[in-house]
This record gives sequence, C-alpha cells and structure tokens, in this order.
Amino acid sequence: MMNSFVIVETQLVPFESLSLDCGVALAPVEVAYETYGELNRDRNNAILILHAFTGDAHAAGISHETGKPGWWDNSIGPGKAFDTEKYFVVCANILGGCRGTTGPGSRNPATGCPYAMSFPSVTVADMVRLQKMLIDHLGIRRLLAVTGGSMGGMLALEWAVSYPETVAAAIPIAATARHSAMQIAFNETGRQAIMADPDWNEGDYYGRKPPGRGLAVARMVGHITYMSDDSMREKFGRKLREKDRPGFDFSGEFEVESYLRYRGTQFVDRFDANSYLYITKAMDYFDLGAGYPTLAASLERAAARFLVISFTSDWLYPSYQSLEIVNALRSRNRDVAYCELPSNYGHDAFLVDVAEQSDLIRGFLASTFRGQSPA
Amino acid sequence: MNPAVNAPPQRLHVREILGRSDYAMIGELVDPSTRVLDLGCGEGELLGWLAANKAVQARGIEISGTRVQRAIARGVSVYQGDIDQGLADYPDHAFDYVILSQTLQETRQPLKVLREMLRVGRRAIVAFPNFGHWSVRWAHLASGRAPRTKLFPYEWYDSPNIHFLTIHDFEALASLERWVVERRIFLAGHRSVRLLPNLMAAEAVFLFRK
Repeated sequence: MMNSFVIVETQLVPFESLSLDCGVALAPVEVAYETYGELNRDRNNAILILHAFTGDAHAAGISHETGKPGWWDNSIGPGKAFDTEKYFVVCANILGGCRGTTGPGSRNPATGCPYAMSFPSVTVADMVRLQKMLIDHLGIRRLLAVTGGSMGGMLALEWAVSYPETVAAAIPIAATARHSAMQIAFNETGRQAIMADPDWNEGDYYGRKPPGRGLAVARMVGHITYMSDDSMREKFGRKLREKDRPGFDFSGEFEVESYLRYRGTQFVDRFDANSYLYITKAMDYFDLGAGYPTLAASLERAAARFLVISFTSDWLYPSYQSLEIVNALRSRNRDVAYCELPSNYGHDAFLVDVAEQSDLIRGFLASTFRGQSPA
Repeated sequence: MNPAVNAPPQRLHVREILGRSDYAMIGELVDPSTRVLDLGCGEGELLGWLAANKAVQARGIEISGTRVQRAIARGVSVYQGDIDQGLADYPDHAFDYVILSQTLQETRQPLKVLREMLRVGRRAIVAFPNFGHWSVRWAHLASGRAPRTKLFPYEWYDSPNIHFLTIHDFEALASLERWVVERRIFLAGHRSVRLLPNLMAAEAVFLFRK
C-alpha cells in the first residue's frame, strides 16, 4: 500500500443562501472542502466522506497549510479502502463547524461581527442540504457512496433518505438513527462544561480569551466515551507519570489524567466552543424516523444499498443502534449488509482499527460500482 | 445495468467452481433473475456464484463474523445474525427462494425455521446430510455408540448437529405440513442416487413450497 504524500489544499465555495429547518435563511454561506482522485467521464465514481463531530474537510493527504495528514488518511488514498485511483473522493466541513464552513464563529454580514449565539440553530438535514449544493456545484449528479463514522454515519443516513435518487450506496459506521438518552447526556455534560466557563460569556468571546477550560473538560469527557475500558487499561492502566509512588496532590500524575489534559488543551487550539454547542445539539435533535410512522417507513424512501458496520467495544454507539437501522431496512426488504467488527478501540475503532473495515468497504464499493449504470 | 446479465452461462461448470455437490444442485435449481436468501451462507460462495451467473438478487445471513467479513468483501450483502431469530424481520414473500444448506440439523427449532422460510420465501431449498445413510446405520449398529462417519464426523460432545433427520423423516414432515415438494435430489458424492435413497444417499436436496 502506498503512503500518501499528496499535498492537498482545502478549498472554499460560496453560496448565496441556505434555508434552514428552523425557518431562517442563512446568507451567504460558505463550504470548505477537499477532493482526492479524479471524477471519471461517466461521473459515477464520486464518494462523499462525512466527517465526525469534530472532524474537518481535511480527510486525506498532507495538508498544504499544516503539513498534517488527513483524519482518515489510513482509509483514503491509492489502494486504500476508498481507492483514489478508482474513485473521486470529496469531504466537506459541516455547517455550523469552525474549519472553513460557515458556523457561529463566521462573520454575520448584518453586523460585521461573528454570529456567536445569534447563529441560527442548524440540523443534520441542514448540513446535508448544504452538502448537496456542493455536490451539484461539483457537477456530480449521482454519488457512488456516502459514508462516515459516528455523526458522519448519521449524515450518511440522512443523505440516503433525503436524496434517494442521488445516492447509490450508504455506509454508516458506528452510527445511529437517533441519539439515546445516554448520548444526549454526554453531549449535555460537554455543553454545560463550556457554558459554566466564565470566559464563555454567553458565547461572546471572539477576539478575547475563549472558554478554554470548559471546552477542554468537554473534550476530556468526549474522549473517554470514544475509548473503551479495555483500550484504556491497555494504554494507561494505573501507570503514574514519571514517578513510582503517588505524590498525594492533584498534579495529574496518572498517565490517563495527563493524557486527557493534553487532549483537552490541544483541542482548544483547533475547535470553537460555540461550534461544539451547535453541532452537539444538531446531533441530539437528529431522529431519522421523526415525521414518519416508523424508522422503517423513513428508510424505505432510500434507494441505496447499505453497508452498516459497528464495533464490539463501542459503548457510545453500541451495536444495537446499528441493528435498529439494519432491521428496519430488512423489514422493507432493502439491500443491506451488516457486520459487527471485533475491536478493542471502542467508538474510535472506525478511525484507528481499519484493516477489516477496509476489506468490507473495498468489496462493497467494488460490487456497487460494477452494478451501477453510467450516470 | 447488472453486468451479470451479460455473463456467459456457466451452468455446467458450477461443480468445479463450488466444489460442493449440494451447491451444484442448488445452483441448478434456482431460476435466473430471482431474489434469493441463503441462510448460513458462509463466505457467500453460493450467493456470489448465483449473483454473477444467474443475476439473482443475493442476500445472506451468517452468524460467524469472520465469514460475514469475507462475504461482504466479495460483494455479497450478508447480515450478521442467527437463523433461529434472523428471519423475523423480513416481510412475507420477500424472496423467491430461501436456501438452507447443511444447517437444518444445527438449528434449535428446525420446524420453526422451515415455516419461516416458507413465509419469507415463495419456495424453500433445503440440503441436509442423510442420517439414514447405511454408513451411519452401520457405525451405530457395529459400535453401539453415537455414529461417527464421513457425513457426521463429530464426537457427540462437540457436534454442532443437534437434530438428526433422515430423508424419510423430512418426507414425513413435508406431508404432515402439506408442503408441495417440487424437486427432490439425492446424492452420494457427485453421483445422483435413485435406488433406495434413504439408505444409499449421503445428502438430500428438497425444493418445496406451501
């Protein structure tokens, strides 16, 4: 397998306006995206990658700006699961984000200041609607596949139901059709940590000190939910940092403490606290079956083939949630493949434990591509 | 357009490709361009072959995670689940054929599974090893112990087989349930058996409907 040394640059495309589920029109609106590989002549080899909560458009290759590899570089590239020699891969930052696409940190043209908490409430369906505008802009009429893990999987489901004629296949990974009380609870804990930080200042902190302490705690909690008991025991155990016995203080002496502190602070540098609030809320509101008598009735709208993947140690998005999707599809006799992959990495497995996942995706994409008519 | 439609017919090669005589027979029983569900589909060998050569809409259920992985990697839509419960979610007559190959004797509730097969499918195809084969009868009679033969190679304590049946047993159940048996094929290796099948056939394949 080739390593990717491809230098990529995030691009921006402006759109005049986007009408949101909350009734407000957001204007103008900008989308940050990256592409890898080439769109073929039949324009039927495009795959849309949907990032997870704190992800961004930089999914693969080496960033021109930062020199860092993309968040799914182990899965996107020549010969990888999403083979860029065969497929044209697109990834865009989501609406409400803080990595190029319009979000609460963007300038409100009406005031000249950042939106902050005057940013309208956004939904997963809004995010998908904006992505559809990008796909149209790129001249793609039909997507070979939409895919993503975690929140990205939720967007993939929304895509398949909202634009059945556009989506040939959907691969939701470690995802759900709706958040459980536990998932909402963890998100709310993160939100409260941010809002309890005096620096949050009702969301009005741009140009000043951001609510770094609150955001770091939110990230620490989030990070715990992405791992598993096993992976944490393996990685940290009860190890102390640079000493053999406890110092009877609160200096962060357990390995796991210092790791979480490090991840928390690091996160503050790259993520906007208000985006955290808006996006977690959008996730919590998401319910694929809302407005339909059943989840199956909503999924019945989808014309795509599905590959649903979950992981044994993922307790944040447990397999029963994937099975709910799979069984709803089976009850409407839809084409669905499902596999629960063994992994110790918890929810993060889709990002880090990708060997078996890649085999599944490769085979599924190849058979979808073979069976697809030229667009 | 499905590329399989244009694939050259390869019916005669099915044996060499699949290497299992029950698969070969099933491959020949299934009409082209139909909807097929294979229960306990393993790595999707039969389904893959049916999709490529008969343009069927192929689906499978398999309990083993590694086998499911290999099946999906070969492009077959397989659902990881167990046969005893896995059929409940499918609507009535979702498939033209529901196949159960070499697994009936491993299910907890064979009759329930067979009835479910005829609910979700218009036709069922069942292949099973014949417990009435002379080698089994002889092994039991001669040793006085649970028979171990080529067909039933396991020790009683580690056998996946929990319900043993002969060809006569299946025929009796079919008439009790008023199923219409459309085809019955008896095999000893690759050879078809006509004389005294319950004694001479190692495997049986039944195609039946309600």
